[in-house]
Order: sequence, then C-alpha cells, then structure tokens
Amino acid sequence: MSLTLEIAVTHIRGRLRQTLVSILGVTMGVGFAIAMAALMQGSQDDFVSTLVDAMPHVQITDERREAPVQPADIAFGAVEWHGLRPKEDIRGILNPTAALAALEAWDPGAVSAALSLSGVARYGGTERGVTVFGVTPKDMIAVSTIEDDMTAGALTDLDGAGFAAVIGERLADRLGIEMGDSFDLTVANERSRRIKVVGLFRTGVVATDEGLIYVRLKVAQTLSGRQNAINDIQIRLADANAARMVAARAEAMLGYKAVSWQEANESLLEALQIRNIIMYTVVAAILVVAGFGIFNIVSIITHEKARDIAILKSLGFRQSDIRGIFLAEGALMGGIGGILGSALGYGLTWGLGNVRFELEQATEITNLPVTYDVLHYVIASGLALLTAGIAGYLPARKAARGNPVDIIRGAT
Amino acid sequence: MAVLLETEKVTRVLPGTVPVTLVEDIDLTIGDGEFVAITGPSGSGKSSLLYLLGLLDMPTEGEVRFRGKPTHDLSEEERAAIRLSGIGFIFQFHFLLAEFSALENVMIPMRRLGRIDRREMEARAADILERLGLRDHLRKRPDQLSGGQRQRVAVARALANDPPLILADEPTGSLDSHSSEQVFEILRGIVEEDGKSVVAVTHDLDMAARMGRGIHLVDGRIVSDGPAVAHLSPQLS
Repeated sequence: MSLTLEIAVTHIRGRLRQTLVSILGVTMGVGFAIAMAALMQGSQDDFVSTLVDAMPHVQITDERREAPVQPADIAFGAVEWHGLRPKEDIRGILNPTAALAALEAWDPGAVSAALSLSGVARYGGTERGVTVFGVTPKDMIAVSTIEDDMTAGALTDLDGAGFAAVIGERLADRLGIEMGDSFDLTVANERSRRIKVVGLFRTGVVATDEGLIYVRLKVAQTLSGRQNAINDIQIRLADANAARMVAARAEAMLGYKAVSWQEANESLLEALQIRNIIMYTVVAAILVVAGFGIFNIVSIITHEKARDIAILKSLGFRQSDIRGIFLAEGALMGGIGGILGSALGYGLTWGLGNVRFELEQATEITNLPVTYDVLHYVIASGLALLTAGIAGYLPARKAARGNPVDIIRGAT
Repeated sequence: MAVLLETEKVTRVLPGTVPVTLVEDIDLTIGDGEFVAITGPSGSGKSSLLYLLGLLDMPTEGEVRFRGKPTHDLSEEERAAIRLSGIGFIFQFHFLLAEFSALENVMIPMRRLGRIDRREMEARAADILERLGLRDHLRKRPDQLSGGQRQRVAVARALANDPPLILADEPTGSLDSHSSEQVFEILRGIVEEDGKSVVAVTHDLDMAARMGRGIHLVDGRIVSDGPAVAHLSPQLS
C-alpha cells in the first residue's frame, strides 16, 4: 500500500463511526439512485416496447407531407390565382399493386396492406363510431400483435367467413353483442351491411378496444365501393430502431407520407427524455447530499490532523502529497460507498422486479418492469466517486496550503 | 570545513496591522560537522530563525543558501525536496504519527523519498532505532513509549534519510534531566561520529555551553556568535 493511502486509511479508521455514517450515506445514495434508474428505465423500456409492439414500425398512408401542386400552379407558374377549384384526387394509394410490388422487391420487413374506413356500428338501438380496418389476416398478424390480443376466435377466422368482423371486447360490451351475433355496419358512403362477430380482442388500449373493427380487405373494399383500393400500408421491421430510415426511404420511393413509430410518438419520447433528465438530476442531488457527509468528515480529519500535516511537511512532503492523502480519504469513502451502493442497488432492483401485482385489465400477474443496465451502476458510482473526490479535495486543498510553522508554533 | 548553510541579511516580518519583526539582518554560516546552539530569551526569534534555516518558512528579505544554492526562488516542491533529503527536524514535542509504530514513523521519510526498497528501509530504520537504544520498542506505538523514548524515535526519524543537517527546536525542552542527557548525547554522537551538523534551539544554557558553537539572539538579531563555552560563560556565571 502506498504511504499516502496508508496514512489515509489510518485517518479514516481513527474516525470509524463517522466514516461509516458517511459511507452509509453514499451507499444509500448510490443504491437508491440505481434502483430508481432501473425502475425508470424499466418502465420506459416496457412502455416503448409495448408501443413498438402495438403499432406498426412504419405506416404509409395515402396522405402527402406537402400539399399537392395544383394544375393551375403547373400551368401558370408564379401567377397568383384566387377562387380556383382544386383538383379532387381520389383518396387511397394510387396504383397499389405497383406500390406493394416495389416494397416486396425491397423487402424491408413484413408488409400488410389495408383499407381504413370510418363507419358506425349499430346493434339494438346502440350506435358507436368505429374505424373499419380491412386487412389480409395473415399479413396483419405478421405486422402486429393482434393474435396475442385475441380473447375469442382468431383473426384468420375472417378468411372465408364472408361479411364477418373481429372487434374489441369493449366495443362488444358497449353494443351488447357477443361472439356469433351480427350487427349493422355503415361506412361513410352509407352502404350498410350485416356483419357477424367471429372474434374478440383486448389490447388494453381503450381507444382501440372501443373503436376498431377488423374485416377482410375485400369486405372493406366492397363496403367502400372501391375495389382494389388501399390507403394504409404497415411495415414491421426486424430492427424497430431502423424505422426512421425505412420510413424516409419508403416515402421517397412511393411519394406518400411514411411515418415511423418514433415520429408518431415524438412528443411522448421527448417527455420520456425529460423524465430521464429529471431522474438523473434527482440522482445527482442525492449523491451531492451524500457528498456533504464526506466533506464533513474529511474537514474534521484535516482539522484534527493539522499537526500531522505540519510534521509531514517538515519531513519533506509536498502540498500535492498532503492533498493526495485527503483526496484518497474522500475517494476511499466514495469508492467503498459506490461498491456497497451498487450491491444495494442490485438488491433493491431485484426486490422491485419481484413485486407482483394483478391489474384489473391485465390477463396475467404483472411484475414491476426493471432494467439491469451496467451504465446505471457506472453513472451512480462514478458520480459518487466524483462527489466524494470534490468533497475530499476542498478541505484537502485548504489543509495542504496551511503554513506548517503556524501549526507547529500553535502546538508547542 | 565546507559550508552547508548560510544566510545573508535574512529578515522575517509577520505582516499585519502592526507588522512584527521576528528576525532581522541575520548573517550566519553553518559548516559541515558543526554543533550549534541557538540561545536567547523567549520571543528573541530562535525558533523563527530555525524554521527559516530549515526552509519551512521564507524570509521577507535576504537569502538562505543550502549547499551554496539560493532557495529564495525555489518552488514549494523544490524546498520540500531539500527538506526531505537534506534536513532533519526535531521538535520540542515528538510529533510522531500516533497510528504508526516507532519503526513505521522512522520509515515515513524513507518511503516518501523512495530510494531504497521496503526491506532495506525496515533494516535501516531498525538499525537507527537500535543505535538510539530502542531495540525492544520497534513495534510499539507512540502511546506505548515514555517521553524520552518518543523523543529518541523523533531523532531517529530526523536521521532516516541521512541528512547532513539536523535542526532541533528545544529537543530536550519537555524531557526530564535523564532523558535530556540521553538525547543530548545522541545529538553529540550525530555530530562527532556521523559528521553531521546539528543546530539546536535551547533554553538550557548548560547544555548549550557543551556544544561547539553558540549563537545568541536578542530581539531577532544575533548579538554574539562564537565558541559556546566562551560565549555563554557570562550568562552561565
């Protein structure tokens, strides 16, 4: 052991009780910081993965980012015009076969084409506004988790079932219908059909469970009176993080607005980032408070050991040697606190991760989502060490600068 | 006799609303192998002069030269380096580190210097302590030693790095007559057998008279400097 470290150890051993309290402060700070970070990160990861699972990674709709250029603009260039009737484009993705063929050739991931319509479901005098989603069941299963959310029947039951639908459990409750019942479905152009319920799902997202109806793509096209029309292409990627890049390329390729899951949830992801900033600020604050304990004990030791400092200087120790002793004391307390705190943090995280509770809407017992991330341990311990270093440095600097003659005279 | 330490017009003034002059216009030369007593009444600047000679304090004016090298412009680290290998300090109180044994206390300057390995340090520290009659007390901590034994450990610590100059500030001031005599004999041995220079501040005129040279200070100025016996005889009588 180096002399500096040996002297530092004897100092903190001489103040064992206060040292232990300071180390305990750092331990608690690091431990709770890690547990909090694990819980926050865990809930964030869980939330994001639920989000990523529940929605397409990339969604291409029949909208465009920029307002379409009107024929008058093309014909007359910069000439100003007023009151001109704009060209009415037919809604839907133009030439869907070519668009899907282009995507299949590129093969960014699983692709599902759909026709989304607004409609009204009626049953026994009850009406609910719904979104009718015409899909090819096997394609939809490939791009979503709908199959996992089924509580009765299966999405593939739509195949060969004619005018049939899979609806949310909450919608069924609101309308008062059950599996096998039929209800009236009217889409925007007022065509109405009797639709039989062949499946129920529950995603846990109220808006979806109350307002979404899956039908076969052909059924939706028939209801809308637009054969072969699609207005929604969903893509599921092997790597969800590549969604932005894929969306940009798809948009460039097809000309339609392609939205990645990140773009669709930008404000939500920003809110999570703000939450992280708040979390790490609180963590830093906890550790700074712990640092005060170290500052206190190192200050007491420098005061108590003023005579030893003077003697060491008379023996030829440099100011930097003296600083090193007290810095080592702070670092030792911070380091030990960091190691013990990491263990405590791991234990707390494990404990929190094993808290089991049952939500009313959940299908199975749920645990608190936690994340074990080495970065949390590195950040918390590193911050503890930094705080301890600063807490040790301030009194160390003062002690090192003191004039040994004043202390020796005072002592004699 | 080679010049070990010399001062030229050294003055030390403590700043303040009313500046206090500790020592003034000190010109002296310490050669190798000299045994020097600094005497004077309380507040005459004896200890202040010793700290200036030991580069623990810096003169307000004048120059202190160690082995002919001016020290005024040296950094704190350079002065510390001279103290580490060139000067050994002994104070009125032992000032040993309470948590370390006698052997470990003596090894502290050696470990800081780091010229020899740990085993050699232990052997050398033990050798010095044995020479000072502390063979059976190597592993004892300061609180397990008597006052005289502690002071002898402090002397051993001053000798640890084999410095050519030992500065002692009333080294027997807190000891009984028997221990004082022991310490004095050790200091004399350091001069006569090892050829080192010892400069000691003392109130004990009998002891001062037995040293080779006496420097008497009054009000921060040297009023006499010469062979100790002759020099101090008027005060002893």
